[in-house]
Amino acid sequence: MPQQTQSKQKSYSRLPGSKSSKFIPYLLPGVAALIVIVIVPFVWNIYLSLTHWRGVGPVKFVGLKNWQRLFADATFWKSFANSFWIIVAIVVVPTVLGLLISSVLTDVIQKKFGSGKASFIRALYYLPQLLPVAVASVIMGWIFRPDDGAVNDLLSKVGLGFLQHNWLGDAHSALPILMVILIWIQLGYPIVIFMSGLQRVDPELYEAASLDGANWWQKFKIVTLPSIMPELLVVILTATIGALKTFGPVYLLTKGGPGTTTIVPSYYSYNQFFQLHQVGYGAAISTALTLVIIVFSVIFTIIQSRVEKNAA
Amino acid sequence: MSQATMQAPTSQAADAEASRSRKTNKSQHIRTWADWMTLVLLIVGALIMLFPLIILAMNAFKTIADYNATGPLTLPAHPTMRGIESFWKSSNFPLKFLNSFVISLVVAVLGVLLSVLNSFALGIGRVKGNRWIILLIMLANMMPQEALLYPLYTMFKEAGIYNTQLSIIIIFTVVQSAYGTYLLSAVYSTFPQAILEAATIDGATRWQTLIKVVLPISWSTISVLFVFFFVWTWNEYMIPMAFLMDDSVQTVPLALSALQGQHTIDATQLAAASLLSIIPTIIFYIIFQRKLNQGIVAGAVK
Repeated sequence: MPQQTQSKQKSYSRLPGSKSSKFIPYLLPGVAALIVIVIVPFVWNIYLSLTHWRGVGPVKFVGLKNWQRLFADATFWKSFANSFWIIVAIVVVPTVLGLLISSVLTDVIQKKFGSGKASFIRALYYLPQLLPVAVASVIMGWIFRPDDGAVNDLLSKVGLGFLQHNWLGDAHSALPILMVILIWIQLGYPIVIFMSGLQRVDPELYEAASLDGANWWQKFKIVTLPSIMPELLVVILTATIGALKTFGPVYLLTKGGPGTTTIVPSYYSYNQFFQLHQVGYGAAISTALTLVIIVFSVIFTIIQSRVEKNAA
Repeated sequence: MSQATMQAPTSQAADAEASRSRKTNKSQHIRTWADWMTLVLLIVGALIMLFPLIILAMNAFKTIADYNATGPLTLPAHPTMRGIESFWKSSNFPLKFLNSFVISLVVAVLGVLLSVLNSFALGIGRVKGNRWIILLIMLANMMPQEALLYPLYTMFKEAGIYNTQLSIIIIFTVVQSAYGTYLLSAVYSTFPQAILEAATIDGATRWQTLIKVVLPISWSTISVLFVFFFVWTWNEYMIPMAFLMDDSVQTVPLALSALQGQHTIDATQLAAASLLSIIPTIIFYIIFQRKLNQGIVAGAVK
């Protein structure tokens, strides 16, 4: 939330002599659009979660029946269990690798080889982030093609042909390979953000730490980590929300399969809406997902402001 | 001076970067073998990241006979543009490109416009309840699109704009402006008071203050938002897929993903189509590289 210094006369704007109520016309188009496109549909979706509806014909109110079904639905729980692994792939691994790569890029490459080389290498890592996620997914699906894909061909060329695999079609490998693909897509994001945060760190702090005989890890822990804490928290928050919303790669690469091995909440609700025409149940799943995201964000924002207060 | 304040998150970082490289210039020539090892490891890592795209580019110009004979890991023996041409024609690529371009451009323009109006009222006008409105906008930001999908689908079918570019433009204008308002109203709430006072003393109305004072000074943040709205809209997948049924209204990502479903498609054709689909993105990146980098950082620091 923006920090605002509240004026004593609350109804006055920051423009001297203008009452804040005079600004309402500027807000009307935006608020009206938000109501029509976000708020009404969201409330409507909650209502739909209490109904049985096939998308056409009458909407039948059924109370909490969809929600009862939801809590007893193994596929629903499976989809959130998979979300955990998606979070590992989109948040945990890229954040850890990103911390390592960005600090090495700043600390070693930028210092010793010049900032041109550092930003060039950074751009290479960032490239997959630029692609539309649908395009990135299709490309990686192509790399992991079952018969004649590049990965299988590479394995046979280096004499590991026995490892060849229907990577995304096999229940044992589908989720791990999906995770690999998501890591590939995501990695550039934390690197770019952390690198910009690291530019704030005073080089003298490092020198002081070096003089005190700190090794690389100690310097990382004492100097680097605390100084990019704001960036770290933002990356964790935004990437986790993104991970919970993951749809494109799953839809394009595995359709949640084989079986339910790669199903995620977002795809599960889409599937209920448009493939099974169980609109009420799809609405219940998507409402549940929204609640999870909001609860996570609220808790995380509280933690975030605590950390920031402690730092200050 | 105020210009500098508005660009705060990014230009400060750039300055810091510059001063830092000046400071460290002296130590630049003492490179230990550990430094070289680090460089080599990072380059190996970057090559792994690039591997899929390199392989893709190698196979986009291959004939299928060539691919079947030697696999994906060799350079094309008889380079051909046939794959590219075939996707260009079969998908009507120029039309898909135009659809993507028009949708993204209109969303970027309208999204920025709404963000500016909202933020002017919230950040500078301090309209009553502004904190609540910003909180609401933040929630709208986090909402998964699935939670809006079916009601929007029903509404747009009723309104007769389902399966038109207009439906996508309306949705993403609102979605992107929620993000824009969140970011820009924070910027405007710290807008230099002295400048606002000076504008009032000069007799400027609210509208004149917005157009002649606030807008020019915050132009750099606004242009970052513009580029980002464009790219994000270009990259969108789920809602366009659910809303754009006809070939004639679809976007570039949809055209490519439509191929994915056809299991009969040749590996080389899919490679060619993928390559063609990423070319616009690469071109934008080259043109708007600086703005994009600024934006990623500005968004993170908020």
